[in-house]
Amino acid sequence: MSKKNKETVEKVYHKKLIKRRKPNRSIAGDIALYIFLALVAFVMFFPIIFAVSNALKPLDELFRFPPKILAQNPTFDNFADLFVTMGKSWVTFSRYLFNTVFMTAAGTAGHLIIASMAAFVLAKYDFPGGGAFFKLVTIAIMFTGYVTVIPNYLIINALGMVDTYWAIIIPAFASPMGLFLMKQFMEGLPTSLIEAAKIDGANEWRVFSNIVMPNVKPAWMTLIIFSVQGLWNNRATTFIYSEEKKTLPFAMQQIQAGGIARTGQGAAVLVVLMVVPIAIFIFSESQILETMASSGLKD
Amino acid sequence: MKEFFSKYIALRKHNAQVAIKKAKRSKMCYAFLAPYAILFTLFFIAPVVISIFFSFTYYNVLESPRFLGVQNYVSLILEDDIFLQAIKNTFMIAIITGPLGYIMSFLFAWLINELPRWVRSIAVIIFYAPSIAGNCYVIFSVFFRGDAYGHVNALLMKLGIIDAPILWFINPTYMLPICMVVILWMSLGTGFLSFVAGLQGVDRSQFEAGYMDGIKNRWQELWYITLPNMKPMLLFGAIMAITQAFNVCDVTMQLCGYPSTDYAARTIATHLFDYGSTRFEMGYACAIATILFLMMYLCNKAIQSLLRRVGT
Repeated sequence: MSKKNKETVEKVYHKKLIKRRKPNRSIAGDIALYIFLALVAFVMFFPIIFAVSNALKPLDELFRFPPKILAQNPTFDNFADLFVTMGKSWVTFSRYLFNTVFMTAAGTAGHLIIASMAAFVLAKYDFPGGGAFFKLVTIAIMFTGYVTVIPNYLIINALGMVDTYWAIIIPAFASPMGLFLMKQFMEGLPTSLIEAAKIDGANEWRVFSNIVMPNVKPAWMTLIIFSVQGLWNNRATTFIYSEEKKTLPFAMQQIQAGGIARTGQGAAVLVVLMVVPIAIFIFSESQILETMASSGLKD
Repeated sequence: MKEFFSKYIALRKHNAQVAIKKAKRSKMCYAFLAPYAILFTLFFIAPVVISIFFSFTYYNVLESPRFLGVQNYVSLILEDDIFLQAIKNTFMIAIITGPLGYIMSFLFAWLINELPRWVRSIAVIIFYAPSIAGNCYVIFSVFFRGDAYGHVNALLMKLGIIDAPILWFINPTYMLPICMVVILWMSLGTGFLSFVAGLQGVDRSQFEAGYMDGIKNRWQELWYITLPNMKPMLLFGAIMAITQAFNVCDVTMQLCGYPSTDYAARTIATHLFDYGSTRFEMGYACAIATILFLMMYLCNKAIQSLLRRVGT
């Protein structure tokens, strides 16, 4: 019954969309706009399609003259090669893959919890220092890896974390972007919700874990995608020396430096690296957009 | 005057007392904030402070730092020709790709805003994918490969425009323009998402009121209704655009090599990487980092004050 109801509601909405054209739009302008957008979309997406097709090409096609854009006889040999040929090397491909997956998962999970806790009090309570701290965080969005890499190395060295997974995971916990988006989103939560829970006798931790967190699920996905994006592409060569702890992007560089024989495998790693963030984004797009709606900076 | 000061001090004292009282009552808040605040201070605030401190010293990690005063800055600006080249390149890239990428982000977010819902979500994926695809820009080195197997060379040779392959990433004439194209390709990033989401949130009734008041075309609608509503997102997008524009390093290093021919593709961030991670002249590298950070901060301030005037 409820399902049927929903369908009818959606249908009405759909009809309205087509009917309610804005009065100040010309049809010719709309058509020109569509064509323009389609062209740009093609140009934007072309390199990605090309990257995928390149990874599917057998070696002889990669060096054919004149070069073809699409693979003629697509194979998965290049992907298989990653595990077969690299499987015999000292550090196997699957080990690099594991390193990156582990660092990404651990860093993202910690970041989600710690940043949400901070965002919760910054958004919902007024205490001295909170506003100033948040201002610092917004400025810190501008610090990217290169500006702080040297002192960061000194600090991580002092903490004795050089050449461990922690050197990558712990700094990722404090990424300012996640806190910023989470705080902005939590401000939209009704304060009465929290007060009601408090009257019912919940302490702050209960309020946070049982009331606030389930209500900001769209923001989780956003934090996850930004954190994954940063960690998944982390080359981590500054902090990690042992070959068996190095990451996938580093392995990609090595493979690509391996010359002509490794061209196909290089293209395959590129696709492996690219697919994961894009897939996460596709699955969580609507939630991410919901969060980004509150991302604006107020004066 | 004296009276003013004593009143001022008394007021301050009172404010501080109130703040302390408040702080004592909100211990819970600090407990929640603590884990993040500690890590944040350790990995984001402390590095900047340390960086500024070391920029006044000579430090090579092995020996303890030796105080130099402003010597590092003086030699950066007066003696280091490569740094000047890096500043020139960074500014070229920032001035072209920064505003252009920012405008592109807004323009496309605005254009896809009126599409039906499912088309819009596909469009968002397509436009956003390049910036999220990580190292995917490496694929451009296949397009622009220096030998005849590169697609651009092959095409140009087939059309008879050139008769020998061009070494795109080795010839200084072509390096920066190609890098800029790649950076622009990746520029529809976080700011773009923020714009898309923000445009969806603009109140519909404002548009209808606008039609009544005689707004004729979509440009007027953009300037008088959409842009003023989007101000918070525009400010946020500006931070993202500046960060991206000034920190160009990976793209040029991976495509043009490191070091690039004649340092033609060297940016400030590459220079920083060179002194910090290759030559271990940490003091000097920290001076570069401080200058880069100052530039970004000032640029951000300038753009924020500019954006406050939009649509008013």
